[in-house]
Parts: sequence; structure tokens; C-alpha cells
Amino acid sequence: MDELNALFHGFSVILTPMNIVLMFVGIILGVLIGVLPGLGGANGVAILLPLTFTMSPTSAIIMLSCIYWGALFGGAITSILFNIPGEPWSVATTFDGYPMAQDGRAGAALTTAFTSSFIGAFVAVLMITFLAPLVAKFALKFGPPEFFAVYLLTFCSFVGMGKGSPFKILASMAIGFALAAVGMDTVTGQLRLTFGIPDLMRGFDFLIAVIGLFGIGEILLSMEEGLAFSGKSAKIDPKVVLETWKQLPKYWMTSLRSSLIGIWMGITPGGATPASFMSYGLAKKMSKNGAKFGTGEIEGVIAPETAAHAAGTSALLPMLALGIPGSPTAAVLLGGLLIWGLQPGPLLFVEQKDFVWGLIASMYLGNLVGLIVVLTTVPLFASILRIPFSIIAPVIVVICAIGAYTVHNAMLDIWFMMLFGVVGYLFKKLDYPLAPLVLALVLGDKAEDSFRQAMLVSQGEVSIMWSNPLVGGISTLAVILLLWPLISRILAKIRPPKHAAFTTEQPVD
Amino acid sequence: MEPNEQSGAERRTGVATNIIEAIVAVGVIVMGLVVIQGSRALGSGWTTDGPGSGYFPFYIGIILCISGAGTLYQALFGKNRNTEIFVDGEQLKRVLSVLLPALLYVLVVQVIGLYVASAFYIALFMIILGKFSPIKSVITSLIVVVLFFCMFEVWFKVPLFKGYFDPLSFLGY
Repeated sequence: MDELNALFHGFSVILTPMNIVLMFVGIILGVLIGVLPGLGGANGVAILLPLTFTMSPTSAIIMLSCIYWGALFGGAITSILFNIPGEPWSVATTFDGYPMAQDGRAGAALTTAFTSSFIGAFVAVLMITFLAPLVAKFALKFGPPEFFAVYLLTFCSFVGMGKGSPFKILASMAIGFALAAVGMDTVTGQLRLTFGIPDLMRGFDFLIAVIGLFGIGEILLSMEEGLAFSGKSAKIDPKVVLETWKQLPKYWMTSLRSSLIGIWMGITPGGATPASFMSYGLAKKMSKNGAKFGTGEIEGVIAPETAAHAAGTSALLPMLALGIPGSPTAAVLLGGLLIWGLQPGPLLFVEQKDFVWGLIASMYLGNLVGLIVVLTTVPLFASILRIPFSIIAPVIVVICAIGAYTVHNAMLDIWFMMLFGVVGYLFKKLDYPLAPLVLALVLGDKAEDSFRQAMLVSQGEVSIMWSNPLVGGISTLAVILLLWPLISRILAKIRPPKHAAFTTEQPVD
Repeated sequence: MEPNEQSGAERRTGVATNIIEAIVAVGVIVMGLVVIQGSRALGSGWTTDGPGSGYFPFYIGIILCISGAGTLYQALFGKNRNTEIFVDGEQLKRVLSVLLPALLYVLVVQVIGLYVASAFYIALFMIILGKFSPIKSVITSLIVVVLFFCMFEVWFKVPLFKGYFDPLSFLGY
């Protein structure tokens, strides 16, 4: 009950006309940032942080967190309309969202994505409100082995759940890890795999890879069919929105499961990206229509979007409660708190009640405002589909080049982007899944750090991964998933498969 | 994301998919060997301070080699190897018609910067490949580039690369 009282107090703090205006401004800027590849949530919040120095901390955090919600919403727009994920967590949304748009159901796909995002965030905020102290205490128990076990589980789930060649999934993942290893070693400071090229010192940024693999790769693939390719025109009106909403309650189980995965991955620093992939993989495995995933299934949009938003939102919990940011954007927000003279951590809940509960209340309202803004502007975004491909194609190449350049202000990155584009084209045609590559590139450093720390603690004994029930449970599940292609083959020999349809399934990507 | 096996079903000539698959697999193995070699040079074992810099990448290199070898075997000797044509002449021509101008665009960006090069690229793409009228193409490209300029330079204060000659220096950005 204390939480409810505090929450109502929070609403009374934030409900001023100025704060509501800031919410709208934040959401619109966030959507714009989310749509542009290369200008991610973290970059956007960092660029706009100086704007908030003159505001009160509560107003400032409301605007910045709304930019974050907007970026989370906006990432889905380019994924669905152009197959270019604006953010890494939108990659999984392209798998079914883009085919839906190609099929003339862009409006339904966008409505589904936005609504699922809202639901994911709403469940996560509910969790933050009521379970904050408990969950934060649990996350405190996590050490390096537990963190590595979570990463291991995420990666092994690709091999176990992907339906393509396990060798290709492994190769794709290992390429991501190898690219992540390039640059300065965070532990020893040594330069790794740079081959004397100074520009390689900063390593490969996942955004460069994502922009090339998905943006340029998709343009090349689309060009095989000629310039006649163009997105189907989409009629989006309140009727489409209402019809889509009518369908969504049927998939409540997917939404709930995805929300829980998102919350879990958000609190442990797995983040929104693995959450969206894991949730998509599980939905594919558990859904009745799993075999059709990748061809424009509505569940394939619900799962990653709900999980990504739930993860993005719950990533703020450890930041507020413990001062440990759960995502890069949360890290930038944490920087903001320090600039405003607030010390994140458990004491924040005692000393800055107005601020904490104002922020939590703004999460409820900000997401509602976000949903309204994106749904009302859907026709605007969908109208982009009616522009001929011979205009869209060079504009996308230009956006990709600008996006790749802005990451580090480096020309070499634009060349790398083109290289990744060719690799993306080849890999897509050869059925190499791209998702594990990108994920390994994003999480490679973090996974390696926890692995090395765990090994340091145990003096090189791998048995540390089974040193307590928590880490042991996660590690065992990971190994089972890794060996699943082999186990399922043995099981299939022992007893004939029940569903013949699964044998002809396409790989996850 | 679908493979494009439908187009040009008759008389398609070109290299078989499994041959390209084998070449890519060899590329993966080579990458693995490079990673292993690089990691060994850094110290892939246990040092006095714990795992060396090359400890983790070394195993990644091994996974790359194993997965590359597995794919190579499947591509050359596997039961379900894909012997369809990877890409026919017409498709290759279409892909190159986008890839080569894009590479040229990146090259030009280095000299005259992102804004001017983008304006030329969009206009020429529309005129040559899209068969749009020159006036329409130039206007569209200018609108797009001005919009990007406002968004990045003016609103978000993100300076983009303006080339060695900085042809836009008169704008004061």
C-alpha cells in the first residue's frame, strides 16, 4: 500500500502543464531518434542532455526518459517499413514485421508493435512499482559467473532454437565475438587483432555492422528483383487500429511471457536486444504457428516488441535502486542524475522521494503519451511506403552512410558499413542467421569480461559455472540448449517426430 | 529475406549455391586461423595475472574453424546441398548497379563531404536508374539533403563530414 500512496504522490508531482508538454516533446524527439539508424537512444539522450540542465531534475528526467520511450517506439517503424532496424533491439521485429508490411499489413504490424511495446513497458513499470526492493536485492547476489551464465544461455538458445545449420549459427556467432574482440582489451589495455591499423583500435561498433548487414544488405537483396520493388501502400485508419486491437487479446500468453523475459533481461544487464531475440525464439518454439514465423506472423511482432520495451523499462530499476545501469541509455541517464547532484542508489528512495516516484509515475504517463503519439502519426510514417524505390534506395544508402559516420565520426566506418552490406547480402542468401552475429558483437565485451572475471575467481576452473544452484541451473540449461540439435536428432531416432511441419522450418533469421 | 529462387527459372546460368557456400566457409576458416594466430601472439594461455588477452578470442578462433569446416563439409558432401544457381547474370547486373554507385558515392564523400556527395548521388540515381526527369531529381535530392542538414547540423548539433575542400564552409557550419 505504501507503494500506491507514493505513486499517487508521484502523479501529483508530475502533473503540471509544463511536464506534460515536455513529455510530448521528448516522445516526438525520441521517435525521430529511433527512426534514424545510428542515432540510438543512448546517443539521443546524451546529445539532448545539455538541454535539461536548466530544468528541475524531475522535469529533466521526465523529458529524457520520454526520449528513451520514444526511441524504443521509433525503432519499430523502420524495422517494419524498410527492414532496417533503427535500434539493435528492433532487429527481431524485422523478421515478421517486414513481411507483414510487404503483405500490405503495415498498419496492423505497426499498431501491433506499438501496442505490444506499451504493454511490455506497462507490465515492467508495474513490476518496478511493487517489486523494486525485492528484485534489486536478488540482482545484488549476481557475480561474474552468474552474468556469464546468463550470456551463455542467450547464445546457446540460438543454436538450440535455430532451425538452420548449427554450424552456420555457430559461425555467425563466433564472427560477432571475434569482431567484438578487436580493439583495446579492457582488462590489460593491450591492442588485440588490430594488425597495426590505428582505426581498428576502437573496435567494430555494432551499429556499423547492423546498418551494413541489414540496411545495405537488404537493398542489395531487393535489387535482385529490380527497381520495381516498392513497399505495398498501406491504408491506416482507426479501423485498422481497432481491428488489430481486437486480435491482440488472443495472444495474451505471448505478451505475458515476453514481458517476463524482458523484465528478467532488463534487470540482469542482458538488456533489450537479447530479450527481444530470446522472446522471439521462445514464441517461435511455443506458438501453434511457429512454423510460419518469418513470413508475417503477428505473434512474431508481439514477442520481440513486448520484451524489448519491458527490458528497456526495467533496466532503469537497477540504475535507480543500486546505481548499476542495466542498459547504455540507462548509463547516460545515470550520468544525468549525477550532473543534477543526485546520488543514485538505495538512499535515493529515502532522500529524493519526489524525484523517484515522479519518475516512476512519468513512466506510466510517458508510455501512454508515447502510444497516442505514435498511433496518431502512423499514417505519416506509412506514407513513406508510397515513395518509389528508386528514390528510397539512394536515400536509405545516404541515411546508412550518415548513421555509420556519426557513430565515431570516422570515414573508415562507412567503408566497413559497405563491407558488412556485402557480407549481409551473402549471408542472407546462404541462410546464415545474422541475429547471433549482431548480438555477439553487442555483448561480446561484456560476456568476455564476466568470463575472465569468473575464471580469475576460480583460477581457471570451469566448475565455477556450477558452484551454486543459481549459476548451475542457468549453465545446465545453456548446455542442454547448445546440444539440443544433437539431442533432438537422437530423440527423433528413438521415436518418430509428431509434427512433420517442423522439419521444413526456416532458420530464425 | 526470402531466397529469390523464383526469378528467371528458365535457362539460368551461374555458379551453384553450394560452391559459394564452400568459398564462404573457407573464408570463415581463414578468419578463424587469423584470430587463433593473433590470440596466440597476445598470449592465449594463463598468465601470472590470470587469463591473457588472447584467452577468450583463442577459443572463438577454434569455434570459427570448426564451424567453417562443418559448413564446408556440408556444402561439398552433404546430402541436402543446394546446387541451385546462386545468382544469374541479370540479377548480378542489378545488384552491381546499386553496389558500384554506392561504393563510388563513399569514395566521393571522402573528397567533397557527405552533404554534397549525397545530393549528387540521389539525383544521379534517380535520373539514371529511376528514369526520373532531371528537374524532379535535383529538387528531390536538394530537399532531402537540406532536411538532413537542418536535422544534424542545426537541430541535433551533430557535425557531419564536409570533405577536404569543405564546399559548405560559407554556411558557417
